[in-house]
Amino acid sequence: MFKHFIDLELKAFFRSASVGKSIGLKILMGFLVVYFLLVFLVLGIALYPLLEKSFPDQKPLAIVNSFVIFWLAFELVFRFFMQSLPVMNIKPLLILPVKRESVIHFVLLKSATSIFNIFPLLVIIPFGILNIIEGNYNPVNMIFWMFAMYVLALSINYANFLIKKKFAENIVAFLPFVAIGVVLFGLDYYGTFKISSLSGILLDGLVAQPIFVVAPILLLVTLYFFNFKYLKTNFYLDSSLQSKVEEAKTSDLTWTKRFGAIAPFLSLDIKMIWRNKRPKTTIWISLIFLAYGLLFYSNPSNSAPAFLVFVGVFMTGAFMLNYGQFVPSWDSDYYGMMMSQNIPMKQYLASKAALMSVSVLVLAILSTPYLYFGWNILAINMACALYNLGVNIPVLIFAGSFNKKRIDLDKSPFMNYQGTGATQWIMGLPILALPALIFYAFCKLVNVETATITIAVLGIIGLGMRNVMMEKIAQSYRKRKYVTISGFKQQEN
Amino acid sequence: MIQVNNISKKYNGTTVLKIDSLEIPKGQSLGLVGNNGAGKTTFFSLLLDLIQPTTGSITNNEIQVNTSEAWKPFTAAFIDESFLIGYLTPEEYFYFIGDLRGQNKADIDTLLLKYEEFFNGEILKNKKYLRDLSKGNQKKVGIIATLIGNPEVIILDEPFANLDPTTVNRLKKVIKDLAENPDITILVSSHDLQHTVEVCDRIVALNKGELVKDIKTSEETLRELEAFFAV
Repeated sequence: MFKHFIDLELKAFFRSASVGKSIGLKILMGFLVVYFLLVFLVLGIALYPLLEKSFPDQKPLAIVNSFVIFWLAFELVFRFFMQSLPVMNIKPLLILPVKRESVIHFVLLKSATSIFNIFPLLVIIPFGILNIIEGNYNPVNMIFWMFAMYVLALSINYANFLIKKKFAENIVAFLPFVAIGVVLFGLDYYGTFKISSLSGILLDGLVAQPIFVVAPILLLVTLYFFNFKYLKTNFYLDSSLQSKVEEAKTSDLTWTKRFGAIAPFLSLDIKMIWRNKRPKTTIWISLIFLAYGLLFYSNPSNSAPAFLVFVGVFMTGAFMLNYGQFVPSWDSDYYGMMMSQNIPMKQYLASKAALMSVSVLVLAILSTPYLYFGWNILAINMACALYNLGVNIPVLIFAGSFNKKRIDLDKSPFMNYQGTGATQWIMGLPILALPALIFYAFCKLVNVETATITIAVLGIIGLGMRNVMMEKIAQSYRKRKYVTISGFKQQEN
Repeated sequence: MIQVNNISKKYNGTTVLKIDSLEIPKGQSLGLVGNNGAGKTTFFSLLLDLIQPTTGSITNNEIQVNTSEAWKPFTAAFIDESFLIGYLTPEEYFYFIGDLRGQNKADIDTLLLKYEEFFNGEILKNKKYLRDLSKGNQKKVGIIATLIGNPEVIILDEPFANLDPTTVNRLKKVIKDLAENPDITILVSSHDLQHTVEVCDRIVALNKGELVKDIKTSEETLRELEAFFAV
């Protein structure tokens, strides 16, 4: 039976509409995977000598053992956002003479082959071997230790699915777990309750007495069993396969009427964002990106002024970038209807521009507390906000006329490359790098103040020319209408 | 009202539609029949300027559809579910289309009241988004949305498919009423010969992209069509 499933999976992969088209994306992902494989391998090899050198009075294995708990916590968070649930199109299988159990086992086992389960191996094995060679541990005991570590990694794999399923990828539901983690870490840091020494004691015990390997195995089996049970009870058309019917909340948004001709589109866009998972999540992401500045401002050594421009454009434009790069793909489901209606293209686009402009203003205001790090930071951020308003918004909307990949509004945006094509990659460059380059040039030639003013003035010029630019952009949309409509019709897996 | 001149559409060298000439006068109700792949939806898509013709052109009230957009204010269409906006409630959708066609809320409410029976209590005030309605109910919304703003040309692709028998009869009545209005030109496509013959004054049959029959509806029309499509 599994042979058939594997066959189906391979066909689904190679025959999906996106295989040929997004080859560039595949290559990029491939590079990323290779990069991370190498990083983990280097970490695995270097970990032992590094720890030995930094903490000569402690055994590297003991240090690692006490940190395993944090590693596992980190891995859980990482996987929660990055790893997608194993999916299989089970609808056609429901009425065929296939055992439910075997389908579920297949789905669950398939997830064990995920790349995320290979990364830990690359650290565990070299580190374990070095412990045998350098640390004079009993090889048998170390093999059991390595095995136990890998079993723990797999347990995280299945724990992640349980959490994800239960909370339906809702970020807010994940917060309590983050809070518990932070509290435990805090207690550990201040020495009140050392969870790290607990983890250390347990795992040191495992090295001494390999029989304790039974504990992680039991954990893994239990988690697997819970996953299995969960999937089995949801293996019916009416529960997991059919999406839940939400109760519609009507909101008339009459206040948008004040915006005149763009009002119908504006109110439509707001409903689109608020009622669909993917655009709604971009709002949360934008707010999280506001913290991006902290990474740079708190550490003056790596904040070259030109880099601050990059940060400024990114922070004040987080929503603009996330939303703008997929205009008009957000409307891909009904783009044909829009094009057959009596809608002025310019106003349709003006509504998108208005929405992005408001987001830039709001994010710029929210970023003002960074004044704490100095006036120049605030000035650069405001200049970047102006640049976003005047230059980047029209550029993004113009680039949108080349978008022709549809978006399913109800999918999660994490690791979701649906709708991503060459346009997005090409656009990233001028939008983020160009202002930084201009700033850098003026900074070198004159000084930081002039450079900041230049960025702001460019934005103001852009704002002044917005009307003319939008006219041209609308023409570009009209010209590419047929390509866009037929592109949006193509379903991807 | 609608004039077709030597229009053709090719995909990778295969001709999917080729109509040399077709004229639809104002006020006529035209039924487009044909098997799957006959070119019905292609024809409507060309008429709505959703795809580009390989050769030829279509004019709608003297306006060439792929060069000017002036035909849009008086033309309304429902092709498939992609004409609906899934995350809106039916009311919101009607008001949105109303906004685009210059109708205020009160106009829409009056129109919806008129079609209350057609909706059969399953559409309005149900607190459901369009994406959560059944296919049949989605279709009802799409069809009634085409009537917003007194259009002069109404295009319905397969309106009878997916509807329950009662609604089919109600829809036939709706279309017949519209057809009686001398200002409204209606184009309806269908697989169902009988329904089409009942509501349309003129039937055009397409086969493999070509126009094979063009007849005024009469007593014999149904038999003639059935003979043509018989195996």
